[in-house]
Amino acid sequence: MTDLRKLESVASQLRRDVLRMVHAVKSGHPGAPLGCAEFLSAMYFSVLRHSPDFDMDGKGQDLFFLSNGHLSAGWYSVLARSGYFEVAELGTFRKINSRLQGHPATEENLPGVRVASGSLGQGLSVANGAALAKKLNHDPNLVYCLLGDGELQEGQIWEAAMFAAGKNIDNLIAVVDYNGQQIDGPVDEVMPLGDLHAKWKSFGWQVLEMDGNVLEQVLETMDQAKRLCGQGKPVVILMKTIMGKGVDFMEGSHKWHGSPPNDEQLAKALAQLEETLGDY
Amino acid sequence: MKEYTYTEKKDTRSGFGAGLLEVGRRNPNVVALCADLIGSLKMNDFIKEFPERFFQVGIAEANMMGIAAGLTIGGKIPYTGTFANFSTGRVYDQIRQSIAYSEKNVKICASHAGLTLGEDGATHQILEDVGMMKMLPNMTVIVPCDYNQTKAATIAIADYQGPVYLRFGRPAVPIFTPADEPFVIGKALTLNEGADVSILACGHLVWEALEAGKELYKEGISAEIINVHTIKPLDKETILNSIRKTGCAVTAEEHQVNGGLGESVARLLAENYPAPLELIGVNDRFGESGTPAQLMEKYGLNAASIVKAARKVLNRKS
Repeated sequence: MTDLRKLESVASQLRRDVLRMVHAVKSGHPGAPLGCAEFLSAMYFSVLRHSPDFDMDGKGQDLFFLSNGHLSAGWYSVLARSGYFEVAELGTFRKINSRLQGHPATEENLPGVRVASGSLGQGLSVANGAALAKKLNHDPNLVYCLLGDGELQEGQIWEAAMFAAGKNIDNLIAVVDYNGQQIDGPVDEVMPLGDLHAKWKSFGWQVLEMDGNVLEQVLETMDQAKRLCGQGKPVVILMKTIMGKGVDFMEGSHKWHGSPPNDEQLAKALAQLEETLGDY
Repeated sequence: MKEYTYTEKKDTRSGFGAGLLEVGRRNPNVVALCADLIGSLKMNDFIKEFPERFFQVGIAEANMMGIAAGLTIGGKIPYTGTFANFSTGRVYDQIRQSIAYSEKNVKICASHAGLTLGEDGATHQILEDVGMMKMLPNMTVIVPCDYNQTKAATIAIADYQGPVYLRFGRPAVPIFTPADEPFVIGKALTLNEGADVSILACGHLVWEALEAGKELYKEGISAEIINVHTIKPLDKETILNSIRKTGCAVTAEEHQVNGGLGESVARLLAENYPAPLELIGVNDRFGESGTPAQLMEKYGLNAASIVKAARKVLNRKS
């Protein structure tokens, strides 16, 4: 039984971490990780079979890839909160000589990160390869990949989508953070994605949808996705989220995609988020 | 002067195909990927023997590079196969982020490099690939000279942990290196010792350098011929020792002068032992359709050009 209150407390602390991290260096991307707080909490504290004793090959474990690397602040927070490294290290985010690079990297051997991401569109291909390696190694564990919705404008995503279905990669679950916002504005204005459900389906994927900000739904849908694995097709979940979720003046606006709060905004935001696990 | 002879000509890509099969037999972690060019890359024998370790990705090279990076997570050693053009420029950012920066153990195997691709023309004749690859931190760049050396290099790179760019070609060229010669990454091979001028070549130009050496010998010029099969890391010691002895050098490669072997040597000399240097390569222009021999002649990538450059650099020395 997953303790929902535990997951909620992680999500709340993750939001505080993200805001404090980007505020401290006056740079970074708060919007998307705020929207994915419930999802990241559910993944690392319930869904994934994983160990914070990090091993690059991850044999005998589930693997998680973050294709939209600008979610880094949220990912670092959940990795630290689940024991991959000291929580205090979050204070080095984006600073010189840090392992917590602006976008995730492997060069400094940060536990939890298996490939660099940031230049968009590449993660699903890497996840494909990792899923193939699992099959070759007779490792029954799964590979997960989080994608941004704006990222789906990259052609490589669809090369990877075609490959996964065409080669029956059925140990792969992709999750699209469908918050409808990107740097220049609403996704539908910048470059409409059309009927995403139909697109993925026509590429040969099993498609699920969920509200990524409702923990019960996340847990239930991830469970359903796992059950769909092993049936010859990859699985994708269109996860509706609200960019900036949890901070009233940030919610739903692309303006917080890549802008940090100032001192006053930070104080206002933190007042809305309970400090559940202790700030770093 | 040692005389190099040959009894057979073969394409270096066939050396890759034979090496891939051999390394597949030796190392169960070796897997291969191809983007719709199995026949051109000579990958059929590997696929026949190890069908479950081969992945056809279709015409989607960016995806192929990402998949290769992913396969290393789980201990596989992926060899990607496509033309040099589609192995580098087309997928530069994928290689940069997912492979080089991420330190993934991917072997990027690139055929049909340079002008000798021939009739397909400049769209396919990449002459910038070595430059792009050698600029990437963590990347090793290898350009072997004949069938035997390409085969040996293909086998050797599996034992090296890290990304490698292995460049080879389409035309049949003389096989003159010993079949049993082990390939050592980063160790240039002195094919002929000489006193007057060092000729440093890679790939298809190594044979041309040997031919040039014969011609120079007739003129009373003693040329030291070195096969610099690894562009990065460069064998600084062998190259500097040679030029300290001869006092001047010619480089020769089937690549743009910008970004190629010659530029790496020029930097080495500038930093350590300034000496006259002539650089044979393509000079800031694209190729065109034609037979490989016609193109190498027109663009000055042959023994005759090396001889001319050697005479010139000798004059500069004195």
